[in-house]
Amino acid sequence: MDEHESNTEPSTFEVTRRTVIETGTTALLLTTLPRSAFAAGPVDDDEPPLPPVKVELQINGHLHSLILDPRTTLLDALREHLALTGSKKGCDHGQCGACTVLIEGRRINSCLTLAVMHAGQSVTTIEGFALGDNLHPLQAAFVEHDGFQCGYCTSGQICSAVGMLAESRQGMPSYVTEDLTHPAAELTDVEIRERMSGNICRCAAYPNIVAAIKQAAGLPT
Amino acid sequence: MKAFTYQRADSTTQAAAAADKPGAKIIAGGTNLLDLMKLQVEMPSNLIDINRLPLDKIEETADGGLRIGALVRNSDLAADPRVRQRYGVLSRALLAGASAQLRNKATTGGNLLQRTRCYYFYDVTKPCNKRNPGSGCAALAGFNRIHAILGTSDHCIATHPSDMAVAMRALDANVETINREGKTKVTPIAEFHRLPGNTPEIETSLKPGEIITAVTLPPPPPGVQVYRKVRDRASYAFALVSVAAIVDSTRGRIRSARLAFGGLAHKPWRVAQAEQGLVNAHADTATLNAAANAVLEGARGFGGNDFKIPLTRRTLHSVLAEMTQT
Repeated sequence: MDEHESNTEPSTFEVTRRTVIETGTTALLLTTLPRSAFAAGPVDDDEPPLPPVKVELQINGHLHSLILDPRTTLLDALREHLALTGSKKGCDHGQCGACTVLIEGRRINSCLTLAVMHAGQSVTTIEGFALGDNLHPLQAAFVEHDGFQCGYCTSGQICSAVGMLAESRQGMPSYVTEDLTHPAAELTDVEIRERMSGNICRCAAYPNIVAAIKQAAGLPT
Repeated sequence: MKAFTYQRADSTTQAAAAADKPGAKIIAGGTNLLDLMKLQVEMPSNLIDINRLPLDKIEETADGGLRIGALVRNSDLAADPRVRQRYGVLSRALLAGASAQLRNKATTGGNLLQRTRCYYFYDVTKPCNKRNPGSGCAALAGFNRIHAILGTSDHCIATHPSDMAVAMRALDANVETINREGKTKVTPIAEFHRLPGNTPEIETSLKPGEIITAVTLPPPPPGVQVYRKVRDRASYAFALVSVAAIVDSTRGRIRSARLAFGGLAHKPWRVAQAEQGLVNAHADTATLNAAANAVLEGARGFGGNDFKIPLTRRTLHSVLAEMTQT
């Protein structure tokens, strides 16, 4: 982690927040941020918001300190508070996988967890994979194999595939693994499709997604 | 989502004490609870996060079984070498459920406590005795393709959606709980989940202020273990019918069999009479028919789910025929 950069991470939200906190007017904070920043679902206008909570998250190697309504999902924290809009909100109910990110290296649906539950943990989003202009091998493979049409599911697909390949390397089985006692299953097309079933692609780019993952995994495509 | 206060529990007894208060809810993986909170089906005023409690270990027990901490994630439980070697039916059932992302979050305790996926329970504009006791059941005369055929009542025909719990039922698992005084209790999984009766809102034997700390598995019974799940798509869908089967047989002669079913009732379904009828029986059509008849004793469809009766029969035939072939 880059300590220096992490502490001075430029963010319009951060500046606003700090200014507000210094003046001690939390109420102002609550009115200056977009309403969507505070609620993951229907907003109840008749209810006063509860006191915000402080949450520190290590995102793509940088430490971020946020002041959040406890209701804020990890996905909304990323998108609305940190302007990391690579992670997408598809169904917002854990059914489509567009919001997939990695927490401590494991893939999860960021829409179905609260940011405050992950205080102190490390989060990797699609913005954290490329090194400058050098794409992550999975990103490059998705481009090469045309693993998308509209692209809305793509960042979730790529985050999920990174997590999936790590699980596979660790010997994790899947529902279609024939012999559960065997330490590691070979990543066949059927295995990849089962392991990626939490990521829906409405353009149905599945054959090309499978090909991209196989290439990135060093398998013949 | 309704506003709530958030607190992180430092101990199981502290969590139990906090959970005893009205409006309080424990959150672990949160994959079902947050889904329901967004829809305002669940509206806790206080969330108690237990994720940092040390309940995430899988340990050998003195009798040769396993003790699974309540916070062990579904993916870690499925991948544990001891579970894969000795409790294949549990590993397979876990892997049949949800998606990899959800399994990475979902916990053992939370899986047992997940709510039904009945459409009308989820739709706050419709009557539901489980969500709003006394309001009626919209599923009885509504779309009920996914609903229960066994153990139903005039008040509720919802199913329990878990795959994991079905395998645990076949394995005679026990659920360990603790209350705010630190008193522990062990409940056989058969008694943990309830039938709807006239109080479908009460789904388990868990009392307010009790929290699950672990699930224990006795040593594995002899025989082959299979989990067969029948669903509308090949992956990432709830069971229409599922069966966790543990069968000990040689050349078509069955010594013992355990059969637990998912997708059929408000709890994992197991019928002792069906299993007794298989002891020392030859796995022929008459035997399998008798077993299916015993499992389906009292079964009743509600229109959209009538197909589950023959589907259960055929799934049972298929699984037992396959398991007793060698």
